Amino acid sequence: MSSTLIADALALLPSYLGSHVLVSVTALVLGLLVSLPLAIVSVRRPVLRGGLLAVTSIVQTIPGLALLALFYPLLLGIAALTDRWLGLKFSALGFLPSVLALALYSMLPVLRNTVTGLIGIDPAVKQAAIGVGMTPRQSLWMVELPLAIPVIMAGIRTSAVWVIGTATLSTPVGQTSLGNYIFTGLQTQNWVFVLFGCVAAAVLALAVDQLLALMEGGVRARKRLRVVLGGLGLAVILAGALVPNLARPKATYLIGAKTFTEQYILAALIEQRLQAAGLSAARREGLGSNVVFDALAAGEIDVYVDYSGTIWANQLHRSDARPRAEVLGAVATWLKDRSGITLLGELGFENAYALAMARRRAEALGVRSIADLAARAPTLTIASDYEFFARPEWAAIRRAYGLSFRTERQMQPEFMYPAASSGEVDVISAYTSDGRIAQHDLVVLGDPRQAIPPYDAILLASPRRAEDAVLRDALEPLIGAIDVALMREANLRATGGENTSPAEVARWLWGEIEKRNKK
Amino acid sequence: MTQAATIAFEDVSKTYDDGRVKALDRLSLAVAEREFLAVVGPSGSGKTTLLQLVNRLAEPTAGAVRVDGEDVRSVPPIALRRRIGYVFQGVGLFPHMSVAENIAITPRLLGWDKDRLAARVDELIDLVRLDKNRHRDRYPHQLSGGERQRVGVARALAAQPRIVLMDEPFGALDPINRDAIGQDYRRLHEDLGLTTVMITHDMLEAVLLADRIGVMQAGRLVAEGTPHELMTGRQDAYVDELIQTPRRHAERLRALIERGASS
Repeated sequence: MSSTLIADALALLPSYLGSHVLVSVTALVLGLLVSLPLAIVSVRRPVLRGGLLAVTSIVQTIPGLALLALFYPLLLGIAALTDRWLGLKFSALGFLPSVLALALYSMLPVLRNTVTGLIGIDPAVKQAAIGVGMTPRQSLWMVELPLAIPVIMAGIRTSAVWVIGTATLSTPVGQTSLGNYIFTGLQTQNWVFVLFGCVAAAVLALAVDQLLALMEGGVRARKRLRVVLGGLGLAVILAGALVPNLARPKATYLIGAKTFTEQYILAALIEQRLQAAGLSAARREGLGSNVVFDALAAGEIDVYVDYSGTIWANQLHRSDARPRAEVLGAVATWLKDRSGITLLGELGFENAYALAMARRRAEALGVRSIADLAARAPTLTIASDYEFFARPEWAAIRRAYGLSFRTERQMQPEFMYPAASSGEVDVISAYTSDGRIAQHDLVVLGDPRQAIPPYDAILLASPRRAEDAVLRDALEPLIGAIDVALMREANLRATGGENTSPAEVARWLWGEIEKRNKK
Repeated sequence: MTQAATIAFEDVSKTYDDGRVKALDRLSLAVAEREFLAVVGPSGSGKTTLLQLVNRLAEPTAGAVRVDGEDVRSVPPIALRRRIGYVFQGVGLFPHMSVAENIAITPRLLGWDKDRLAARVDELIDLVRLDKNRHRDRYPHQLSGGERQRVGVARALAAQPRIVLMDEPFGALDPINRDAIGQDYRRLHEDLGLTTVMITHDMLEAVLLADRIGVMQAGRLVAEGTPHELMTGRQDAYVDELIQTPRRHAERLRALIERGASS
């Protein structure tokens, strides 16, 4: 089983590694281009220097993921402005926010080491430079910078390792990287993938670090050969990572996926259907709910699966629950009118939010519905994914039932179900299509006041694919073809502890769909 | 002084920290063409500041400094420094440059072409009695103290200056090297027709090398004259003490040698 997994992982390596190297190198070069001149300018200006070091130090304390996440909405805003005023369109997804955030991240070590290196130069040598008749600029280029280069190189090394490591976090903003292994693996409990991603990123970071160390040593000992060898090694890595990636034709259709197992499976299924129809397709996985929607509206991805209730709450800003058909109709109209997005159809199942408890615990407390929970909540702990507590549905549930829990915890969806069944938490926000509800012997609590809107899985296409008959035909067999039992089983297969990649589960799922169609 | 002064300090003062620290106090002194002037004094007496006024590494707070009759304030400092040789205290060789690159630095800044640079470097290595084959491509950390100092002198002479300023050039050397390099430099001073100002705290060195000696104390020139004049004339107590020390050393040395010979 795990040998096919490793084969799956290896097949993805050229694409992931290439993107990872490209984004890291671009960010590092950009960071250097900004921080080196800044350091040089600030060496003779203590106030500026203090300010710069303080700002870059603060940037360093922002968690990498948060920094990357911040750049997406920022760029989206800027892109909207430049589009309106200059007619200039650029993609706020993926490469650009990743490069900018990583470049910012890379600045501190270079800035600090360059300043330290320049300040640390023997004053007698600096005076000699002036005394023999150098201008301040000549002194900088002929004496100060050459003497500071070993220290500067050490800073560049630190930056390079940081950037290569942190670049794994650019997956959630839509940049393919070695982090795709880690995020996919984490979502689908595929530890081979997680490990593969970690090892690949670590090997890349170590190799670059050692080659830069070779160059640094060469500079220090004035051995040109070592500098050249180190540079050649870096060039080989760069070429080896980028050439296969550039040589491959770019996929025509990009399929988005959010951050959970079902989305990975469905994205893989769509990809396989498009490829079967002779179209070139690729996935952009691990995107946040709003990121993926904005990306579709902007045409940065072409197709993905969303849920009617999610659009209802997030985009229409409705917090009332209406009947299934009404929500679906309102969503389809709104999407077409507001964003030009086409609703290709429903897949046939619902993946609603629900509150769930361990069966034993629910029975012991006598809780059957969310209404029963209200009186108990102040002594109970609820756990949820990273989105739920910030979503309007949660606000609606709390309003409808007057819920107030003792503690609210956030965790990876994979860990919520075991946490509920082990009693570590009392209530979780479950997904109704999740196979683990049955697997962990949980019960879904009723919603008598209908606070939670319906969540039909719907296939959405970007505005520029609105008239794309080939796309529509390729995906037609999926419409109405997946009921909740089938989706639950698929989800369970992907996370059930047998190490199975989303692509494999998608192939199985297609097999099931075909079987049913034949009947 | 019969010739026109090559370097003239005219009533110069230099204060630091808004006048709280006086490095130089209304000092006047002239250095004639081809003269070898030694300036002697204790640490903090203002010797280095005086030297730095000549090539505008420091600017006087009051008074004027003239080089070849021209007020240095009217000369662009970069050009001024390139035509005046300077041997720095602690040598100040560039650690990332080879001996040849160090020596060639000022001519390179002046835009000499490659062939002329290479020829000049070889000439200077010979001049300061180093070995072209052995020393040319070494780095400063691969040289002995004496060799480094010779490179420092060669670098100061590279652009064929007529004036050389030396700030305690031989202070860190062992006595044998110090004497040898001092004598070698004195010969260069003669042969090349240089005007030299050398800072030292060692009166014996000043007496043995210089044509004329200025004695500084607390930013002022307290005595000046030829070694002979200073050794024989009556000065103030400090100058007498300073000047008599080498003489007493010499007398004790002679007595020791004579006693050794007679026993």
